[in-house]
Amino acid sequence: MGVRIVFLGPLRDLAAKDESEVPAPLDWAGLLEAVGPEVAAQLREERVNVACAGKVLADKTALNAQDGDEVALLPPVSGG
Amino acid sequence: MRDVRLLTAPFIPGTLIGPFTNAHPGLGGVCTFVGEVRGKVRGGADVRALELSYYEPLTLPSMEQLADEAITRFDLMGMLMVHRVGKMHPGEPIVCVSAAAKHRRGAIDAVDFAMDHLKSAAWFWKREQRDDGWHWIEPRADDYVNLARWNTPTQR
Repeated sequence: MGVRIVFLGPLRDLAAKDESEVPAPLDWAGLLEAVGPEVAAQLREERVNVACAGKVLADKTALNAQDGDEVALLPPVSGG
Repeated sequence: MRDVRLLTAPFIPGTLIGPFTNAHPGLGGVCTFVGEVRGKVRGGADVRALELSYYEPLTLPSMEQLADEAITRFDLMGMLMVHRVGKMHPGEPIVCVSAAAKHRRGAIDAVDFAMDHLKSAAWFWKREQRDDGWHWIEPRADDYVNLARWNTPTQR
């Protein structure tokens, strides 16, 4: 089953895909490696958030995604 | 009542505001804001279309939480919060927020509060199609200043 990584907003363009599957478990170092250098550089910026299993992580570097979890990469938002 | 929705098709705000108002007998005031897709960007270029994407597990739950916060903070009788997603065109409504309260000030402030949070602290990503292609839109410095007035956590 693994971990599904979902790219949102402009990160979708940067990754050139909507999502990808990687083996579980997935930690911060594993995530940076899995998404490629361009997306990884964005992820290191404070303004980009990470959610795991539907919860935004207070500390994204503490990511610990298990089998079946979805990890969402959340760049700065803009609505209204 | 709390009525929070994400819509994938065009809507007519009046059809929502009427029933929302009628659901609160005894109210002192209703304040409504409707945002529409602009036909031109600040620099003057034409906007052909706007596309809003969202993330299902976070977007609607965080809007519901925002509406609950507004209801408590401004002592509302009810809040209506409707946001379009998907592709839309100039002139189409993109957002509608309405607050019903016993008193004017609460209703007006609640709508201001909700809109500042929807602009720059809700889980939406916006891009604009102009003649030269698609452009991602980030909040302006003003939007963050407006948000900071309320002293709330920016991410939920």
